[in-house]
Amino acid sequence: MKVYVPRDAAARALGADEVAAAVLREAKARGLDVTLVRNGSRGMVWLEPLVEVETGGKRTGFGPVTAADVAGVLDGTSKKALGPVEELPFFKGQTRLTFARVGLIDPLSLAEYQAHGGLEGLRKALGLTGEAVVKEVTDSGLRGRGGAGFPTGIKWETVRKAPGPQKYVVCNADEGDSGTFADRMLMEGDPFCLIEGMAISGIAVEASKGYIYIRSEYPDAIEVMSAACDIARKEGVLGASVLGSGKAFDMEVRVGAGAYVCGEETSLLNSLEGKRGIVRAKPPLPALQGLFGKPTVVNNVISIASVPVVMAKGAAFYKDFGLGRSRGTIPLQIAGNVKYGGLYETAFGLTLGEIVEKIGGGTHSGRPVKAVQVGGPLGAYLPVAQFDTPFGYEEFDAKGALIGHAGLVVFDDSADMRKMARFAMEFCAIESCGKCTPCRIGAVRGVETIDRIGRGDVVAIPLLTDLCETMKDGSLCALGGFTPFPVMSALRHFPEDFTANAKEAAE
Amino acid sequence: MTAAPGTDDAIARRTDEIISGLIGLEGPLLLIFHALQAEYGHVPAAALPRIAERLNISRAEVHGVMSFYHDFRSHPAAAHVVKLCRAEACQSLGADQLAERAQEKLGTGFHGTSADGKVTLEAVYCLGLCACGPAAMVDGKVVGRVDEARLDQILKEVRA
Ligand SMILES: Cc1cc2nc3c(=O)[nH]c(=O)nc-3n(C[C@H](O)[C@H](O)[C@H](O)COP(=O)(O)O)c2cc1C
Ligand code: SF4
Ligand code: FES
Repeated sequence: MKVYVPRDAAARALGADEVAAAVLREAKARGLDVTLVRNGSRGMVWLEPLVEVETGGKRTGFGPVTAADVAGVLDGTSKKALGPVEELPFFKGQTRLTFARVGLIDPLSLAEYQAHGGLEGLRKALGLTGEAVVKEVTDSGLRGRGGAGFPTGIKWETVRKAPGPQKYVVCNADEGDSGTFADRMLMEGDPFCLIEGMAISGIAVEASKGYIYIRSEYPDAIEVMSAACDIARKEGVLGASVLGSGKAFDMEVRVGAGAYVCGEETSLLNSLEGKRGIVRAKPPLPALQGLFGKPTVVNNVISIASVPVVMAKGAAFYKDFGLGRSRGTIPLQIAGNVKYGGLYETAFGLTLGEIVEKIGGGTHSGRPVKAVQVGGPLGAYLPVAQFDTPFGYEEFDAKGALIGHAGLVVFDDSADMRKMARFAMEFCAIESCGKCTPCRIGAVRGVETIDRIGRGDVVAIPLLTDLCETMKDGSLCALGGFTPFPVMSALRHFPEDFTANAKEAAE
Repeated sequence: MTAAPGTDDAIARRTDEIISGLIGLEGPLLLIFHALQAEYGHVPAAALPRIAERLNISRAEVHGVMSFYHDFRSHPAAAHVVKLCRAEACQSLGADQLAERAQEKLGTGFHGTSADGKVTLEAVYCLGLCACGPAAMVDGKVVGRVDEARLDQILKEVRA
């Protein structure tokens, strides 16, 4: 029998390694012939470690499994049996395009990757002109999943048309937003998908070299991605002649060093060059003058990893999913104080309320939901009153919010929104690259001002509003420019949290 | 004669070897810092002049890059490093209270070392474990759903 125990960091954080050791131990004790596969996560984090046992070609899930449960899992007597994982409502409701193989296959088996549709997109791309590949990506409607939502195909076209013998493809795997883990899960669960996407991009824009910049907080992703690159090179997916096409593309994993701002694309490029991660002014666009001044594609992990399925199944197939100008699927990351937390890939268009209440099952604590921060530390806090907002770029923008990298952090009614606003400013102060005064100094003033308000000095509230305006207008990048989103949304939707002490003082 | 390990001479020589292994790569400076820190637990001051010379950049630049990044230490950490996630998703599940408890128990603030010299406490902003927070990393190993009891156990283990 085959036993799957995820090697995904979340599963490991919940004891998967101990479970895997117990599987080997118990199998030996029983004289069972067990093949242990360390797969990616199926994304149902509340069920991790989620173990699957495969016999006669059928997989049955168990979870959450502890080492003590393993004997029962192998004997088929465990009360933690879940049935086939694909039939669980959380899984069944999804449309898994980008994450189709994550959790299903052995992440480092190129054979299994291909048996499940892997490399189809790259093979197709190799038979087309660069122009045709880029057109397919443009037609799919795919927009950047890193936060800004810029059309991926249009970016690629700029790089493709840029002259120069040396161009680069850079994958942004800095994933620093709280509440997000899609990049991590994909890299740990299906690394060849990202490699395939990188290769397609390189071939389309005629860049022979790629880099993946992974944050240092992700040791598991670094390990799996590095191993996958070595395998891909050995098997001829990467190298001087990609799949025997005569076209060259190779790539390297690079590791960040704990700076949130290095997720900003120009800061990331500086960091890759071995410099301080200071944000560069745009123009010039990285597409024209990027890494070492050369034309460079910079894309998020999920943007790049969505390209293989776009190429394999066609732009029309992908574009068919979604809402308005948000096409395709989005891996929602449901996090924080939530009952059913995890990754849920679905077409754009579900409402925030459906995601939090129906899919996420409300809070982990069982208390009422107070707010949901969408899009990381630069994203707005949305109150329950905005739960009818459909999940899409424009739809969130219209509410003074953003979807960012599609992370949702749920808070229950014990959350103090003034404290959350203070944290947003504090985080900005800690992580500011220091280039612009409104961000570097403004964020420190922001913390002080919110502390004043906390002491009951409500006169400081308009000062906070002014400060946010200054940061919005005077910041070079979204760290300083968007920190006002969480701050002002907290103030706008939860004013009582800012004036609580003032009332007491007046009494 | 080779210098004793740990002396400035020995560090400079080892730095040279590390640089020689990486200098062929594009933009090698962060790779060099990571390699030094993996070997020494920090980036020794004696390495910096060698880096400046071999990469043909100023010492101020080398220092500037190193100090920009939260990861690189100029001094060794304790034998054990406990990193607690302080970002929003973990806050929604009580990370602040855990942070206070850890500081109290260890008798140190963040980025400090416990009075017994055994544990360095650090803050981290998201480990990608936001659906199973509060999260921590203990000597490089990830831990999810850290509650008070789990924290106490972690601290007990690293101080044993
Ligand atoms: C402070 C800051 C942090 C960012 N962090 C990330 C990140 O971790 N990952 C990411 O893909 N994009 C991040 N971005 C957005 C990038 O600048 C850029 O828009 C993105 O990598 C482009 O790729 P995409 O078009 O595929 O989204 C960040 C932006 C800012 C301002
Ligand atoms: S807004 Fe902040 S992080 Fe962005 S460039 Fe300015 S100082 Fe740097
Ligand atoms: S916010 Fe703590 S792990 Fe992501």
